[in-house]
Amino acid sequence: MRSERALPRWWFGLVGITAVALILGVLHALWFAPTERTMGTVQRIFYYHVSSAWTAFVAFFINFLACAAYLKARHPKWDAVAVSAAEVGVVFGTVNLITGPIWAKPVWGIWWTWDARLTSTLVMWLLYVSYLLLRQFAAEQPSQRVWAAAFGIFAFVDVPIVYLSIRLWRTQHPGPVIAGGEQSGIDPRMFLALHVCFLAFLLLFVVLFYWRYRLERQRAELAELRARLHRLHLERSA
Amino acid sequence: MSYWTTAMRIVAKDLLSEARTREMTNAVLFFALLVLVLFSFSFQPASDEERRLASGVLWIAFLFAGVGVLDRSFWRERVNECLDALRLTPASASALFVGKCVANALFLLLAEVILVPLFLVFFDLSFRGDVRAWLLVLVLGTWALVVNGTFFAAMTTNVRSRELLLPLLLLPVSVPALVAVVEATAAALLGEGAMRVWIQVLIAFDVIYTTLALLLFETVVEGT
Repeated sequence: MRSERALPRWWFGLVGITAVALILGVLHALWFAPTERTMGTVQRIFYYHVSSAWTAFVAFFINFLACAAYLKARHPKWDAVAVSAAEVGVVFGTVNLITGPIWAKPVWGIWWTWDARLTSTLVMWLLYVSYLLLRQFAAEQPSQRVWAAAFGIFAFVDVPIVYLSIRLWRTQHPGPVIAGGEQSGIDPRMFLALHVCFLAFLLLFVVLFYWRYRLERQRAELAELRARLHRLHLERSA
Repeated sequence: MSYWTTAMRIVAKDLLSEARTREMTNAVLFFALLVLVLFSFSFQPASDEERRLASGVLWIAFLFAGVGVLDRSFWRERVNECLDALRLTPASASALFVGKCVANALFLLLAEVILVPLFLVFFDLSFRGDVRAWLLVLVLGTWALVVNGTFFAAMTTNVRSRELLLPLLLLPVSVPALVAVVEATAAALLGEGAMRVWIQVLIAFDVIYTTLALLLFETVVEGT
């Protein structure tokens, strides 16, 4: 029996398409793309690493737009969009931050370096974890959605400033030599593998995002019903 | 009453209530002093590289002091529902915000002015670079912490674990400002390296976040 609150049919269709895309992504990343000459097999993590970073950026951008929309319209759906995008974005950001060092260790010889891109990605991830913590800490406050939306805007504005300041900082202290980033010319099969992976991750993002969004809306509905029930109860006993 | 008069009344009120109780200044100052003392047990700068580290220690002490100051800022308004009373007056929310920020900046600057000489003594340091430019860094850096901190403090006052939540929000947002102040302080201590570029970063940071905070403060205190 399908209740009207169940997930829509298109969502299940999308789960199927995403599964196919993810399998294609694995095949491209591990099989079809040629092995990189200097870095070898470990370079193949690049397809997941870069795709997860791009997806996280998309998610945080959606969070920013939803925060602004919530402050303007005050409709709870925008708040639900914002929290869902931030949560799924943090997951993709985590994938990005874990795959990065796995790639860096064999290629650069170190797990981590405080270069502009790494540092700003880490700080961005920290900012959105803070955003989620704020929501958790302030969950029972009547204005928590407004606060979260304001902080979401503060966080998003910070990202380019962080990038700029870390770049200035790193040019002052030259870091370890960064050998073998992506060269300007990339093999077309690598290009294809990267974009297949990115598309698969984006689809996965939409699937998870929508699932989480529904959950948030249902939670809000449940809270509303509880409040109504409570009011009714008070009226009866009065 | 004009905007500035209102804001300055708020500053005067905060300064007066602090002067009478001294509940914050003593504790915050002592806490920051402890941080400096404990760090000076862990290392004594002998080389230029270690002197560079010392500038980070100084700003960590300021950061702790700042969180202490900011945390009390709206908390003290809870007694007798002072914050509600302030909101009921015809004063605009942004004037209230500016007043709170200026008062917090003054408290923190006061603590900093006392801590800097002690820092120089404990770590056996002196300014080899431009001290006047560094004073500008001190003011801009303090404002960077205070403007965001006051904004977040207003949000977190009624939250259960506000003492924990405030730094959790303030620290990641302040990363660019902290990089700038630590680098500029190292340049001032060592007498080498660029301070100008970091002053520019701080000015940009202060302008952007002051604007943003003024635009959003009313929304945040009105709530829902």
